[in-house]
Amino acid sequence: MRGPIPNKDKLMTPISRSARLALCAGLMLGLTSQAAQAVDHSFSNGFKFQETTGEAIFQGVCQGCHMPQGQGAVGAGAYPALAGNPRLASKVYPAFMVVNGNKAMPSFGAMFDDDQVAAVANYVRSHFGNNYTDQVTPAEVKALRPKKPAASE
Amino acid sequence: MSGAGIGSMSRRELLMMIGAAAGSSVAYRAMASLDMVPESDYKGPIKLEGDPKGASVLILGAGLAGLVAALELRKAGYKVQVLEYNQRVGGRNWTLRGGDSYTELGGFEQKCEFDPGLYLNPGPWRLPYHHNAILDYCKRLGVVLEPFNQVNYNAYLHSSKAFGGKPQRYRHIQADFNGGVAELLAKSTKQKKMDQLVTKEDREILLESLKGWGALENDYTYRMGLESSGRRGYDHDPNGGTIGKPVPSKPISIDEILKSGLWRYLVHGHIYEFQTTLFQPVGGMDMISKAFAREVGDAVRFNCKVTAIKQDGHKVTATYVDAKTGGAPTQVSADWCLCTIPASVLSQIDLDVSAPMHDAINALPYEASIKVGLQAKRRFWEQDESIYGGVTFTDLPNNMIGYPNTGYFGSGKGVLLGAYTFGPNAYEFTALSPQERVKKAIEFGAQIHPQYKDEIENGIAVGWHRVPWILGCAGAWTEEKRKQHYDNICRIDGRVLLAGEHVSYIPAWQEGAITSSLNAISRLHQRVVNG
Repeated sequence: MRGPIPNKDKLMTPISRSARLALCAGLMLGLTSQAAQAVDHSFSNGFKFQETTGEAIFQGVCQGCHMPQGQGAVGAGAYPALAGNPRLASKVYPAFMVVNGNKAMPSFGAMFDDDQVAAVANYVRSHFGNNYTDQVTPAEVKALRPKKPAASE
Repeated sequence: MSGAGIGSMSRRELLMMIGAAAGSSVAYRAMASLDMVPESDYKGPIKLEGDPKGASVLILGAGLAGLVAALELRKAGYKVQVLEYNQRVGGRNWTLRGGDSYTELGGFEQKCEFDPGLYLNPGPWRLPYHHNAILDYCKRLGVVLEPFNQVNYNAYLHSSKAFGGKPQRYRHIQADFNGGVAELLAKSTKQKKMDQLVTKEDREILLESLKGWGALENDYTYRMGLESSGRRGYDHDPNGGTIGKPVPSKPISIDEILKSGLWRYLVHGHIYEFQTTLFQPVGGMDMISKAFAREVGDAVRFNCKVTAIKQDGHKVTATYVDAKTGGAPTQVSADWCLCTIPASVLSQIDLDVSAPMHDAINALPYEASIKVGLQAKRRFWEQDESIYGGVTFTDLPNNMIGYPNTGYFGSGKGVLLGAYTFGPNAYEFTALSPQERVKKAIEFGAQIHPQYKDEIENGIAVGWHRVPWILGCAGAWTEEKRKQHYDNICRIDGRVLLAGEHVSYIPAWQEGAITSSLNAISRLHQRVVNG
């Protein structure tokens, strides 16, 4: 599907300072930011995300806001860093946020099933310098869902 | 897709489907319509009568809501000052042109390489004829408008899973869907299967109307012939002289249309917001904010990142720092504050308001959306395919291809809207680097227009969750959230009140921002004048 791109160099934009920093950080972790950002992730079909592994979900969805190395970002408002975020000490915390959202973070409960939420929560708790070993289970995720599905049925 | 009727869909899926077909704002509009909420009831220029006696208003945000408030309040005798995070006015009323650079969150910088005169409106791009407030401001401020084609019968509907992935002309699907449905209904009517539903007298009228609506033949069938080709077009168009005789085209059968799923896109031009006539400003959407800037630009202080909004019984004080360098905080006070900062950002600011208003602000994340603009070396959609403006819809993740509604028949370059996506695919696009988004939009678009491979030469991509000053495209209201929070987000909370598209029942529309602002300043003015 990927045809040759005319004037490819014209499509490329200069890598910004912070992206370069992210790239360096990635190399130190044995990852490359380029790989994370240039990943040819597939697009979902329909109204639910189809990525299944924690890595695929993070790269396909979460890094849009939380950034390729989980470093977060700051503008007029901010996206919190996941790298070294002490709130991740609770295995339920990231799963709850994904399901229910908070402030600028939308709720993704309707777009992910319990397995996907558990997978990505466990992924962020074991990457980006986070080394938590306990895992949230899909059953625990299920319990985090609102009693009455919010505005969905 | 034909098996998945609306009955088997959740309400959310239905709304998402409408969003996918017509733009997410329509989905929200559909939600709003379930609440039986009236449309914009703008009745001409606002009249703020009575003396504000030197009262001052601090306006936070120089998007359309803030600009309208600055203009009207100053005219009514208020002292106004506006703080803006960006170095320009407009907010989402925004146009990217050649030479512009845009840095999104994460530090990813893009330089727009469009030729002079070409542009992308990354945010709003169209003005419905009944959005009276914004149209009136365009008129009053001398913003020249031109038609925006929503429906183009010669553009495409495309499914990667139907017709071998070959795009279908809108007019074919539209005519054949109507014709096929009309034939089915006529058949049922004639077989008296409708007798429970239609009186004997109405039966004949119904048959007649189906015939006219669906382009049926005298025997109430929809088939290849001059009737159907009068709607869907011909294999050889009627013409002059010796070669003038038309050759009809062959309709697509109704079961093939149903299975293709392409019928889902037919709704878009029937939705109130997308009905003819729509408009766009000549030269780019930001012509509107630039016109406002000519009136009130002197009241705007740029580059201000608001960090706190405090109030007491007498005044409101905002604290801000330089948006780029941070540095020492500065404070500015006024009698009142009209805050148009998006809820996604405002929820992170130290804000002195009541708990119910806090709850409302915190409950409102912003939707995902992305747009990609692509510059082509030539207007191949016009030259090769007779597509002049309008929109092609696809089930591929780019969702839409928008053709420029201006500069027709130009021999130079042109800029396409190469993707306009909501929902999961918008998050997925946003998670890519800008250059990958452009590459993807080209890859998807090439499945509809093979010319892309040779003709597209550069592009620019805006994923709204990475826009530093908003964190999303528009307030994500649900029916439930409205019930719980809408009244509270509208209240005058001590000396603070909010405005913007997120304080309206038409989120994502500029009309929502403007009417919300006019409503807020009217209520504020009443309070000020009446004490």
